[in-house]
Amino acid sequence: MSTAATTTPAPSGRFQKREIRWWSSLLWPVAGLALLLIFNAFFTPNFFHLEVRDGRLYGVLVDILNHGSKVMLLALGMALVIATAGVDLSVGAVMAIAGAVAAQLINKAGVPFPVVIGATLGVAVLAGCWNGLLVGLFKVQPIVATLILMVAGRGVAQLITDGQIITFDDARLTYIGNGSFVGLPFPVWLSMGMLAVTVVLTRKTAVGLFIESVGDNQTASTYSGIRAGQVKFLVYAFSGLCAGLAGLVAASNIKCADSNHAGLFLELDAILAVVIGGTSLTGGRFFLVGSIVGALFIQTLTTTMYMRNVSADVAPVPKALAILIVCVLQSPTARKKMTGFFRRRNAS
Amino acid sequence: MENDSKALLEIRGLAKSFPGVKALQGVDFTVRRGEVHALMGENGAGKSTLIKVLTGVYPRDAGIVRLEGTEIRPTSPKSAEALGISTVYQEVNLIPQLSVAENICLGRQPTRLGLIRWGAMARHAEAALARLDLKLDVKQQLSACSIAIQQMVAIARALDVSAKLLILDEPTSSLDENEVEELFKIIRKLRAEGLGIVIVTHFLDQVYAIADRITVLRDGQLVGEYEAAKLPRMDLVTRMIGKELSQLAPKQTTESVEASAPKREPFVEFRQCGRTGSIAPMDLTIGKGEILGLAGLLGSGRTETARLMFGIDKIQTGEMFVDGKSAAFKSPGEAIRAGFAFTPENRKSDGIIPHLSIRENIVLALQARQGVAKAISRKQQDEIVDKFIKVLGISTPGPEQLVMNLSGGNQQKVLLARWLATQPRLLILDEPTRGIDVGAKAEILKLVQSLGKDGVSILFISSELEEVVRYSERVVVLRDRAKVGELTGSQITEEGIMHTIAAPQSK
Repeated sequence: MSTAATTTPAPSGRFQKREIRWWSSLLWPVAGLALLLIFNAFFTPNFFHLEVRDGRLYGVLVDILNHGSKVMLLALGMALVIATAGVDLSVGAVMAIAGAVAAQLINKAGVPFPVVIGATLGVAVLAGCWNGLLVGLFKVQPIVATLILMVAGRGVAQLITDGQIITFDDARLTYIGNGSFVGLPFPVWLSMGMLAVTVVLTRKTAVGLFIESVGDNQTASTYSGIRAGQVKFLVYAFSGLCAGLAGLVAASNIKCADSNHAGLFLELDAILAVVIGGTSLTGGRFFLVGSIVGALFIQTLTTTMYMRNVSADVAPVPKALAILIVCVLQSPTARKKMTGFFRRRNAS
Repeated sequence: MENDSKALLEIRGLAKSFPGVKALQGVDFTVRRGEVHALMGENGAGKSTLIKVLTGVYPRDAGIVRLEGTEIRPTSPKSAEALGISTVYQEVNLIPQLSVAENICLGRQPTRLGLIRWGAMARHAEAALARLDLKLDVKQQLSACSIAIQQMVAIARALDVSAKLLILDEPTSSLDENEVEELFKIIRKLRAEGLGIVIVTHFLDQVYAIADRITVLRDGQLVGEYEAAKLPRMDLVTRMIGKELSQLAPKQTTESVEASAPKREPFVEFRQCGRTGSIAPMDLTIGKGEILGLAGLLGSGRTETARLMFGIDKIQTGEMFVDGKSAAFKSPGEAIRAGFAFTPENRKSDGIIPHLSIRENIVLALQARQGVAKAISRKQQDEIVDKFIKVLGISTPGPEQLVMNLSGGNQQKVLLARWLATQPRLLILDEPTRGIDVGAKAEILKLVQSLGKDGVSILFISSELEEVVRYSERVVVLRDRAKVGELTGSQITEEGIMHTIAAPQSK
């Protein structure tokens, strides 16, 4: 076999393994988060204060992890959906449905706890499958397909709860949102566990490759034998599962199912977390750890506002500003312009 | 510094690097007024990069670019246009859903009080086309025009901004012979008007038909500038690929193919397979280890036949047999499991996964066939990928490079590797050498031949008759989306194929 006519530059392939790109993609969200933490270290008293009471860790940082866990859970499913060049707007509504199902079942005498959890998650996955069917099989545009459930979902939740706010005080169910395990709140363990499960599911099997390939070039993926419809169906179903878990946490937090407010606007936070994490809305490469960092960034920002007594009405403005900065930092165009600017300054 | 009084564009010592690749190094390039200058080189030689630097897509790392004696530094295609450098790209860069007039005037529509003056726009567009001796209804939608007309509309648009230098990047790759002649007429006219014209093309015939001067690049470096009339064709090829052609193309004449057309067991059989609006019912047989050529003009149904065979489109009439057993593929996945493989004509949109690495692109089809659960281990992946990078001579700094950063020829090799990794029994190659340099072309064709010898059946689709004639054992000729003939043995000549295409219709 004759060699290529062009001479190959010295191979440096061994230094270009995925791991390195994986970390470099993490650079910007982590930098944003670090900046925020440094700001708080200087200007927000007690931000880094931690103490152990009754074998449980307390402090602002723990609160951030705890409260951020819902968006973290949603972001995992959302990252996969966005990687297929889709979006799932229904996750907030699915959270409400999940909460409603759990609250209704737990209050029924004689329903074993595992059945409650199983049924709740089952319903959430079913909701995800509905989205998946619309997008994967009927080729409805994702934004439209999931908008249907986003609008209708809260109505479904109302139907389940008969329009009431259903309270419960089952110790096992309230543990999910309020309990602690080895010093840390249970929701933190739950979201970390889901991160691990998602990483293994996508990176130890070929699922991740197929998702990225379908998101990057669906035609070419189909021609290579990948069933794009199936891949899409799966990611929406998975996003439903994540929303179900987040819904359980949300309901358990307040010990009731509030169909109107559970998970309200959280779909937007989840999308934002994924984008901050480096996954492009046009599909392709996805970054799970990045999405988690993105979710933490959003939660840290919210907590900072709260601790600095920014009124809840004004809080979205500085939040939007901070997010804008992170997103601009991520834009390749903006980065090029900035490096160009510094280079010119150094030259002159 | 030499000062050529007629020089319109002078580039000296141009350099541009990308991570891991020196795309251009110390390149000089001069275009004079009233000349057609061909920019030649293999894929990866740096032609595209040169043009992109010139048109402001990339900033340059070093070097001087002068237009009419003044140094320029375009920062975007728009600023290059303002300076008088206009480009018409390989893929026609227009908006098919808009009218011809809108396409010509897009971005600089005549307006009054912020409203478009449609009449003035139409007149303006007509005037722009008239400069090319072209008269057409400028209000019709662009997509209704033939590719050739679209190409000319693109040129009209480029010239409309008082261009001094016109760059044509592969302008003829989707045109037929008459259309090419039309285009050349226009180029000659513009040359007479004193425009400097840079043309990038892979067709040697066309270079000699139109170019006054030739600049050859290789591996991002300047090989030389020559007067076309004084550079024999052989020398040009040698300079482009840096080795003798005879080394690349095996001098395999008719003997081996013709003498022994062995009796082959059929592998794939079409029995009156067809699809409405796609291709008329036809019979077709591909033997085991046979290279079957599929010839015909653009739009004659070659790609449609491939899509039918590969399960992309469903067969509506007739029946397909694989290994003598009836088979009806509902998806490419099923075809792949039957041992089929398909490299599509349009590499960029249907072939590569641009933002994934070479490694991921290569293992994709094999992994898809094995299913989600049986992940190919990273170690196996690396073995497969290293093997094919070596065997196919894929030129890259490493397997983790994104495929989008490779040249066309290397992308095609990656696609071939993707399929060879599945050890296919039938390889459908749709225009495998389109837009690829001479060297890579020869390598790919050699590979096709050796695969045939290994017992892989090949359906070979190419619009270059010479290739079809040279490598096919049998040739099926298509015209107007129907099979019109089948040639074997000594009938397989370029003339024979053209006769079959041109023969009066039987029905």
